Amino acid sequence: MREITLSQAVNEALAEEMRRDERVFIIGEDVAEAGTPFKVLAGLVEEFGTGRVVDTPIAEPGFMGIAVGAAMTGTRPVVDLMFGDFIYLIMDQLCNQAAKTHYMSGGKLNVPLVLRTNLGATRRSAAQHSQSLQALVAHIPGLKVAMPSSAYEAKGLMKTAIRDDNPVVIFEDKLMYQDKAPVPEEEYLIPFGEANIKREGTDITLIGTSSMVQVAEKAAEILTREGIEAEVIDPRTIVPLDEATLLKSVRKTSRAIVIDEGHQSYGVTAEIASRINEKAFYHLDAPVLRMGAMDVPVPFSPALEDVTVPTPEGVAENARRLMSGEMIHAA
Amino acid sequence: MAKTKTNTEDYLQMYRQMVRIRTFEDNANKLYLDAKMPGLTHMYSGEEAVAVGICEALKVTDKITSTHRGHGHCVAKGAAFKEMFCELLGKEEGYCRGKGGSMHIADQSNGNLGANAIVGGSMGIATGSAFTAKMLGTDDVTVCFFGDGATAQGLLYEVMNMAALWKLPVIYACENNGYSEYTRTEEIAAGSITARAEAFGIEAHQVDGQDVLAVNTLTQKLVARARKGEGPFFLELMTYRYHGHHVGDINREYYRTKDEEKDWKENRDPIIRFRGWLVSEGIASEDEIEAMNAEVRQDAEQAVDYALNAKYPDVSEVDMHVYSDIKHALA
Repeated sequence: MREITLSQAVNEALAEEMRRDERVFIIGEDVAEAGTPFKVLAGLVEEFGTGRVVDTPIAEPGFMGIAVGAAMTGTRPVVDLMFGDFIYLIMDQLCNQAAKTHYMSGGKLNVPLVLRTNLGATRRSAAQHSQSLQALVAHIPGLKVAMPSSAYEAKGLMKTAIRDDNPVVIFEDKLMYQDKAPVPEEEYLIPFGEANIKREGTDITLIGTSSMVQVAEKAAEILTREGIEAEVIDPRTIVPLDEATLLKSVRKTSRAIVIDEGHQSYGVTAEIASRINEKAFYHLDAPVLRMGAMDVPVPFSPALEDVTVPTPEGVAENARRLMSGEMIHAA
Repeated sequence: MAKTKTNTEDYLQMYRQMVRIRTFEDNANKLYLDAKMPGLTHMYSGEEAVAVGICEALKVTDKITSTHRGHGHCVAKGAAFKEMFCELLGKEEGYCRGKGGSMHIADQSNGNLGANAIVGGSMGIATGSAFTAKMLGTDDVTVCFFGDGATAQGLLYEVMNMAALWKLPVIYACENNGYSEYTRTEEIAAGSITARAEAFGIEAHQVDGQDVLAVNTLTQKLVARARKGEGPFFLELMTYRYHGHHVGDINREYYRTKDEEKDWKENRDPIIRFRGWLVSEGIASEDEIEAMNAEVRQDAEQAVDYALNAKYPDVSEVDMHVYSDIKHALA
C-alpha cells in the first residue's frame, strides 16, 4: 500500500469531501494561498477557489461564530484553528453556542461543523503554542472529539467528521504532519466510537491517544524484550469513547496505563482511568495509572520541555513497576 | 409618522403584531408574578415597533437571531402563542420541547435561529447565516438583533469587519433602549454607536424605534439592497424597555426615574402612537381596533391556559438531542 504523510492525508480527506458535497467549505486564518503555516491545505484553494477556502482576519471568535451560523443554516464548515492553544479564544462560540444549539432547540437545529486544530509539545514553541487541550472540549456535552494517531486515522476520521451532523473537534499532533503511514487509495471512513487494538498483549493494557499511541507502541517494544506483553489500544475518538473495547482488554490483562498529552490533572487520562476503576475494579491487579503532560505551563527551554511529556521509556518503567506489584502513585 | 407605500392590510398586520407582543409579555409577566413560570424572563414591552417594523420587512425564509429579551422577535417573525407559552413553562409542546425556555426560544419554521443568553452571543451566528446565503446563492437576508449593551462585546467588531469585507446580506439591528442591564448606556458606550459601524465602511442609520412605519420603511429599503449584495447595514433603533432588566428587577429608581418611565409610556408608546395614526388616517375605526385587541387577548389567554395544563416532557428526554445521531446520549 502507498504511504503518505498525515498532512497529505488530511488534505486528501478535505478535497474528497469538498468534491462530494458543495456545502463543505474551509474557513480560517491563512488557509487559502498560504495553505496554513503547516502547509496542510496546500493546493485546495487552486481547486475550490476563495469562495470555499476562505481566508479570514485574525479574529478567532468571529470566524468561529460565523461558522456556527453557517452550519445552522445549511452549509458544512471546516474551521481551521491554527493552534490548539487558541481554543481559549473561541470557547463561547464552541461551547455555549455550537455544542448546545441542537439540545436547546429540542433537536430542531443542527450544527454540522468540524473544528480542526492541533496539539503537541516538544516543538520548542513555548507555553502558548504547545498545549494539548482536548480535555477542555471533551468535557462539554454536545461536542465529539477525535484524536487521529496516524495518517490513516487522520483521513478516515476527518471524512467521518465532515459527514457528521454534530460539531466535531479534531486534534492533529503538529509534530506528526510529516509522518508517513499506509493509506489506501480507495475511499474509506473510520466510524466514531470504535477503538483500534494496535497490538495484542496479555500482561498490561496501554491506552494512548494521538501521538501517545506511538509512545505506547514503542514502550511495548521495549517491554516485549523483557518478557512483558503489552496490549496497545487507540480509542481514536474520546467522545464518543469505545468503553467496551477498553474494558474487555483490561479484564484480560488486569493492569492499565492511560497516556495522553494533555495535562494530567482533571484530564483525559483521569476520565478513562476512572471508568476502568468503576467498571473493571474486580479484574484489576494494580491501580490504573495516568500519564499525562506535567502540570506546568509548557516551558521553552528544550532541557525543560522534554521532561514534561510522557516518553516510551517512562511508560515502560511504569509498566515494570505495575507488573512487579509495586503500589505506585503518579508523579 | 413617516409614510410608507404598504397597504392597509400591512398596516393592520403591524398593529396586530405589536399588540400580540405586548399581550404576550403582559401574560408572561403575570405568570412570573403568580409564580407559575419557572426561572425568570426579560420583557420586550415598549420595544414592539422595532421587532415588528423590521420583521414585517422580511420573508419567512429570511433569518433573524435574537437575544435574551427575545419574545418580541419570536412573535414578530411569525411564532404562535401556544408553542411559545409551552416553551416558557418548560412543556413538551414548546418550540424547543421545553429544553430552551425563554432565553433560548427558537422557531426554525419561521427563520428564527434562536434567542441567546450570552449578550452578543448571536452576532457570529447571524453573520454566518448571511455567509450561507451568499455561498449557496439564495437571496435570504439575516437580521441580527442585539442591545446597546452588546455593543461592548468585541465579537461585534470582528464579524462586522468580515461582513463588510465579504459584502454579506446581514443587517445589524442595535436596539438602544438606554440601559445595559442596570447601567445607563452613556456610562458604557464611548463615542457614537453608528460611527463604529461606519468605521468598517458599513452604512449606518439611527431611527426612532417607537415609530413602526419609520422602522419598516427604512428596513424595507435596506433589505431590498442587501438582497442585491449591497449589504451589510447597521441600524441603531432608539427605544425604551418598560420593565426592568428582567421581571424581578422591580425597584430600579437607583438607575432610572419613574418620571422617565412615565414619559416614554405616555408620550412615546409605539402602539398608542400607531393606533392614533390608523384612526386619524381612516385605516381603522376605534371599534375595529378594540375588536382586534380583544381577539389577541383571548388568543393569549387560551394559549396560557393550554400551556399551564400541557404535559412536561417525559424525564427520559433529558439525554435526547445532545447529539443528532444518538437517540439517548447516556444510554
